[in-house]
Amino acid sequence: MFTRIVTSALFAGGAAGLAAGILQWQFVQPVLLHSELYEQGLLTHFGGTLNSTDVALDRLQPMRDALSIIFTMLLNTGYALILIALMSIRHQSGDELTPHKGIIWGIAGYVAVHLAPALSLPPEVPGVAAADVELRQIWWVCTVAATSIGLWLIAFSRNITRIIPAIILILLPHLIGAPEADVFTGPAPTEIGALFASRALGIGLASWAVLGYFSARFFISETKRAEAVASAK
Amino acid sequence: MAALVQIYSGSKSQILAVGLALFLGLSIVFVTGHVQSHTLHDAAHDVRHATGFPCH
Repeated sequence: MFTRIVTSALFAGGAAGLAAGILQWQFVQPVLLHSELYEQGLLTHFGGTLNSTDVALDRLQPMRDALSIIFTMLLNTGYALILIALMSIRHQSGDELTPHKGIIWGIAGYVAVHLAPALSLPPEVPGVAAADVELRQIWWVCTVAATSIGLWLIAFSRNITRIIPAIILILLPHLIGAPEADVFTGPAPTEIGALFASRALGIGLASWAVLGYFSARFFISETKRAEAVASAK
Repeated sequence: MAALVQIYSGSKSQILAVGLALFLGLSIVFVTGHVQSHTLHDAAHDVRHATGFPCH
């Protein structure tokens, strides 16, 4: 079982990570590079200075871009290991898994890991004002855990009364609130920050849907292969 | 987690396999997304921003 999960996760994480890395390079990275010009003080937008929205960006940075794609593949492999391990639990309980159900698994993963934390801690462009990173990480981990358990209860509970604790779990991190900076000091224009957040969330949805599809597809084929080997013995 | 354990009907070795896979996956996500060592932070910087992890 472990080999089956790891093999499927490597293929799914690699394929989906490569797709996500390319999408991020095309759609998210230019906004990040633009923001860094403000973070580094090469551009400022306060005090009556008017900057063109069209600036020359250093788009092709081979080492930086390669590292980003490698780390996106690695991160997606981590996601795939978790996603496929959870899929295998449901598979064991008699739920039939299909690649299209995999897309729903992927979207649920996106809601738990990307969208829910973003509701109170939006994807940040470099240089924005933010609270202590450790506090934000603790809040992020708790939010992802609470949302995951909440979504699991909603998806798989036969008892309707479990929906109530599920909703409370999903809402609680946002009722408590994410750690916030004391003052606003971000140097980047709000237009860039908003575009970055929406691009990150949009590409995140596409990436997770692809990851869910590949995770289910590779897990199904690995399971069929293992069953064929077992029946041949 | 209690809900997971309750509904899981696999053998002990399957539970161990799923547990190990979850641990490995969480470890990779932690190292890629959260560890603040200087080298790792710089290498994963753009990915952390694009995927909504608190970066710095």
